[in-house]
Amino acid sequence: MATLVDFRAEKPNWCPGCGDFTVLAALQKAAVNLGLEPENMVTVSGVGCSGKISQYMGGYGFHSLHGRSLPVATAVKTANKDLTVVAAGGDGDGYGIGMGHFLHAVRRNVDITYIVMDNHIYGLTTGQTSPTTDKGMKTKTSPTGATEEPVHPLQMAIMAGAGFVAQGFSGNLKQLTELIEKGMQHKGFSLINVYSPCVTFNKVNTYDFYKEHLVNVDEDASYDRTDRFAAIKKIEETNENLVGVIYENTDRLAFHEAISTFPEVPIAKNDLQISREDWNKVAAQFK
Amino acid sequence: MIKDLGWKVGGAQGEGIDSTGEIIALSLFRLGYYVSTYRHFMSLIKGGHTNYKVRVTSELTNHHGDALHMMFAFDQESINHNFHELVNGSILVYDTAIKNAEAPEKDGVNVCAIPLTDLAKEAGSPIMKNMVSVGVTAAAIGLTPDDFRSVVVDRFGSKGDEIVESNMAAMRKGYDYYNENFNHRLELPDRPEVKEERLFISGNEATSLGALAAGCRLLAQYPITPATEVMYQLIKQFPKMGGAFIQAEDEIAAVMMAIGGNYAGVRTMTATSGPGFSLMMEALGLSGISETPLVIIDVQRAGPSTGLPTKTEQSDVFAILYGSHGEIPRIVLTPRNVEECFYYTMEAFNLAEKYQCPVIVATDLYMGMNKQTVSSIDFDKFSINRGKLISDEELAELEKGAFKRFDVSVEDGISYRSIPGQKNGRFVAMGNESDEVGVEMEEPVLRTLQMDKRARKLANFNDNAGFDYAGAANAELLLVDFGSTGGLQYEVFKALEAEGVSVGHLTISRIAPFPMELAGYLKAAKKILVSELNSTAMLATLLKQQVGEHAKYESCLKYSGDPFLFEEVYAKAKEVADSLKKEVTL
Repeated sequence: MATLVDFRAEKPNWCPGCGDFTVLAALQKAAVNLGLEPENMVTVSGVGCSGKISQYMGGYGFHSLHGRSLPVATAVKTANKDLTVVAAGGDGDGYGIGMGHFLHAVRRNVDITYIVMDNHIYGLTTGQTSPTTDKGMKTKTSPTGATEEPVHPLQMAIMAGAGFVAQGFSGNLKQLTELIEKGMQHKGFSLINVYSPCVTFNKVNTYDFYKEHLVNVDEDASYDRTDRFAAIKKIEETNENLVGVIYENTDRLAFHEAISTFPEVPIAKNDLQISREDWNKVAAQFK
Repeated sequence: MIKDLGWKVGGAQGEGIDSTGEIIALSLFRLGYYVSTYRHFMSLIKGGHTNYKVRVTSELTNHHGDALHMMFAFDQESINHNFHELVNGSILVYDTAIKNAEAPEKDGVNVCAIPLTDLAKEAGSPIMKNMVSVGVTAAAIGLTPDDFRSVVVDRFGSKGDEIVESNMAAMRKGYDYYNENFNHRLELPDRPEVKEERLFISGNEATSLGALAAGCRLLAQYPITPATEVMYQLIKQFPKMGGAFIQAEDEIAAVMMAIGGNYAGVRTMTATSGPGFSLMMEALGLSGISETPLVIIDVQRAGPSTGLPTKTEQSDVFAILYGSHGEIPRIVLTPRNVEECFYYTMEAFNLAEKYQCPVIVATDLYMGMNKQTVSSIDFDKFSINRGKLISDEELAELEKGAFKRFDVSVEDGISYRSIPGQKNGRFVAMGNESDEVGVEMEEPVLRTLQMDKRARKLANFNDNAGFDYAGAANAELLLVDFGSTGGLQYEVFKALEAEGVSVGHLTISRIAPFPMELAGYLKAAKKILVSELNSTAMLATLLKQQVGEHAKYESCLKYSGDPFLFEEVYAKAKEVADSLKKEVTL
């Protein structure tokens, strides 16, 4: 059995107090709790502070391009369905430059877990407006306050057909670990948006801010997370300041399950050579 | 000059022009002839002029030929558009259903007004005018309707015997009508014997078969003319071969998926055309720095921007050679005919895994979308070689965490690759510059070592020659080309050689790494004529950059969207050859 040590790699060099430390710790714990072996896990990240997580997480990693973690993760899982594949990045990476891939990954429902470390700001480029920056917040690129409507990732994922949508908070490692575990166990695409404060460049969406505002739906026995409209309503009512499993639907088949002709054996383990007999059949179409 | 018979049918798109052309071409192929075809079409589904040309020869050609001996016009535009191509002794057939049809007067063109639509109606349906045309063709070239029967059965057999028979009846109507009313006959070239190994196939189909034979089992692609057809054979065959297809949301996703698939150990590719290739450039750099194998097929079309989506060009050269910021090793293959589309795609997968870098196979619309006889495609000619993949046993012998994926000390620059799932093989594929395990770093010495390591990989590349040469060793006039222009220029070369011109033909199949061994031919020649389908002489520019000999170049360029005609290149080559003769006289 693998232990936490097996899922540790390079020592993180995020700013002290960065929310991403908790995300990494939760991911490592979740992997151990699920009994995964590091060689069977792949973490694919985009670019940004959060994108460095693939170097810090044990197991295989792919630190890809800005906004492009999802297509890579999609192909890795499709190539070898035996692997556990996590895509990770920030709000700029996933909801700005990578927004197109996000919605299509939800639609495609590949069996991967997507963790977005959402700090409402561009950190690595030192403090510009991000797609989730609150309206009115002043940043280096919006000195008079942000004017654009923020992206609403939870609602978008639900409306696009996601089967598992959760939100966590870096101030609650225990719950975040559980959310990631559940997301990884979900058969299909799972989104875990994490409020992961940037202690250096965002003085509004701080740990204290979230501690004060967040509503935990996991503690609400009356909350029906299988009801799509109830989920949207709850998100709107709380002004997106909620944590827990917000929506869950286990009816949809994952990409590799939904395609009736998808190979039984993981593609990566296939014999590449085709037989003379098969070749003759292929060639016969052109005679 | 090669003895040939040129046949064409023209009409509005959606009128069954392609299927008529294909019935003729495939039937003649089955009779043993070599056929080359060219589809002229536009970027719309219905309406607009389209035509399908078939060139019949008794030897292999890779060009659809200039001469037109028989033309079928289903509308007036087809007459207007194609009449000038008709040669002495040719036949123009037009449908009497065309209102106020007008054919220009030209000596030697036999104009036959035939009620194609009415005869089709008599046989059961006006849409069978194409089968009536096939019957007329059979009569004019000395064949019988039965010679076309096997193709009709293949096409319509699934719809029942009745449909097959009514199509045959329509064909016989045309056959009888021509025999009863016209005497003019065309001569087919000598009939070669039927050879089993020949295929009638397009470059795109050959490309997908090459991928299949090479063990490509994952395809990620976004539809784009003229690369769309590359998908179909793979989608069809994958379920039997244990592969899968992902229709990507755009070309950026497609190429990133191709990289992801290769990283996970599956031979994965994507295919596109210029607009999609432009979107893939950032990812090319990622493949290069992360040392992840990648195969991209670029079926070039006329640019820039959306350009001419249904027309051909060879103008992606610099984008392919230099596209993406920073410096990476890359391999660019330029197959020169349909057969090479197969072999070069196969080879691309071996090269991508051997050198752990992007390999681009640059074909084009002209050979991609047009079918022709190919003399032999044999997947046994090639063996799969996956390059430096570290084994589970080798990893087990290493200390925990000691595997260096990006080991800079390797002499050939190629370090061992592990695949996710392998114990003790952990590494991080990196878009950032990284250390030997895959941790980002900006340390100047190691950065320089990593750059040098990657550059070393292709320093002594000798996996293929990269060019072919035909002609005398010290030919005065050197014809140079790459890609699909090779087939046509070979015919020009043969024609000039037969006239006693001191001529050589250098045809290039790899432009990166540049095959320096060809320099001797450029240096020995007095004049170098480079024929290419672009406006800025990209290949000539590359040759000047790599080899020099600046004063010797002449260019034959075309960027109208249409492929070269024989006459265009021949006339230019003749002009240059004549200028050389004059120099001697002076």
